[in-house]
Amino acid sequence: MTDRDERLQTILRLITEFNKKGVEVTEETRFAQDLEWDSLTVMDFVAAVEDEFDVLITMNRAAEIETVEQLVDAVGELQGSK
Amino acid sequence: MTDPGIEMTVGGAPDGPAARDLFSKFDPLIGQREQLLSTGLTDPFNLVMERVESPTVAICNGRRTILLGTYNYMGMTFDPDVIAAGKHALDEYGSGTTGSRVLNGTYQGHRECEDALREFYGMDHAMVFSTGYQANLGIISTMAGKDDFIILDTDSHASIYDGCALGNAQIVAFRHNDVEALEKRLKRLPPDAGKLVVLEGVYSMLGDTAPLKEMVAVCKAAGAMVLVDEAHSMGFIGEHGRGVAEAQGVIDDVDFIIGTFSKSVGTVGGFCVSNHPKFEILRLVCRPYVFTASLPPSVVATAATSIRKLMHGGSKRAHLLENSRQLHGGLKDLGFKLGTDEPQSAIIAVTMPDLERGAAMWEALLHEGLYVNLARPPATPQGMTLLRCSLCAEHTGEQVREILGMFGAAGRKTGVIG
Repeated sequence: MTDRDERLQTILRLITEFNKKGVEVTEETRFAQDLEWDSLTVMDFVAAVEDEFDVLITMNRAAEIETVEQLVDAVGELQGSK
Repeated sequence: MTDPGIEMTVGGAPDGPAARDLFSKFDPLIGQREQLLSTGLTDPFNLVMERVESPTVAICNGRRTILLGTYNYMGMTFDPDVIAAGKHALDEYGSGTTGSRVLNGTYQGHRECEDALREFYGMDHAMVFSTGYQANLGIISTMAGKDDFIILDTDSHASIYDGCALGNAQIVAFRHNDVEALEKRLKRLPPDAGKLVVLEGVYSMLGDTAPLKEMVAVCKAAGAMVLVDEAHSMGFIGEHGRGVAEAQGVIDDVDFIIGTFSKSVGTVGGFCVSNHPKFEILRLVCRPYVFTASLPPSVVATAATSIRKLMHGGSKRAHLLENSRQLHGGLKDLGFKLGTDEPQSAIIAVTMPDLERGAAMWEALLHEGLYVNLARPPATPQGMTLLRCSLCAEHTGEQVREILGMFGAAGRKTGVIG
């Protein structure tokens, strides 16, 4: 498994906890539209991702992330910049 | 299309494409509201107080109503000295300044009001804004620049979020009142970056206080500046009524305190106090301070008089906190679910099972002759519907007992309690 695959698997695991509607999740899944998360759920989820990967995702950055794929790439980038 | 006229009224040219109504984004809210009101319920967000008899009693829909949903914590709105000061200022200085604080809008009264604040907080500098909302908007957006970081609690007040949105700093949120989450995030920031941590003494939705002692220590260790909004604690928490930071012994490590005149002080306006040696420069660079009219002379006169009286409000403070304990204990005994296990401030939040029953309970209380705040998302944390009770030092023990009787009756009527 590549680093990216590992990141994806970890993020999918974290999503499960917040995926109350049981929506099927792929890399194309959008957090707001497909998972129907409100802003509070998004903030809780972002905090979980931050703690899992020991990175910081600012609200400015989070606002630009719409899909699972974008999150996986953003976390990779943030880990790289540490 | 059955009624093309509707499209035209929102701006479409007669032969051009139909205009997109910018209001359509509010349709879900309009629908929710219509559904709620279609049951014949009184609109909880459209109440008119026809007469106000005192800090604790008003006439609403022709009925005498006990007020338990104001922020008039210290009951200063009808204080005779406060009213006399306002009347005098109206006579001497007129009804308004018609100008910015940095141009023609600073009168003697604005200076005296800032003097009163400096004395009240024992700090070197005080800056008065036209509202508390603008104080947060102005200080937060101006102090943190593009490469700086603002670290805030997820349950922060709208004015704090809006201050972040107005500026262009990097925003980092941490879980409500979680010291460890704050510390972790501070440690992940670049060590040399500018950092401003924004906290509140009392969080107004649930009435819970922040663990400022631990949080301020963590902030200082990370080299961050700390701003604490003490809007809901001024005048009655801490030895001198300076707020939760004073009560927890860390006020000297707080760089900025934000406050308001629209709660304990009993009028309207906002402020920031600080010991920072360069603080005064903010008067020239803070846009929500510069580009708005200053407070009317009567308002700053009432504020200054009220602030000076709050310095000596010891017995009122004790009575207010006693009221809070009585109400909290009484509601708990009646079987209501409350926002905090113990009373931590002058706000007691009663959690409702959903918006429908919350609104029904709110209306039943109004019929009993009691006004409380109905709070719902997005103002509330975790999607909760709350009936928020805020006490006043002028509520008598007898009124608190009356209030508990009304809660019992309304709770049983609406099925919120058994």
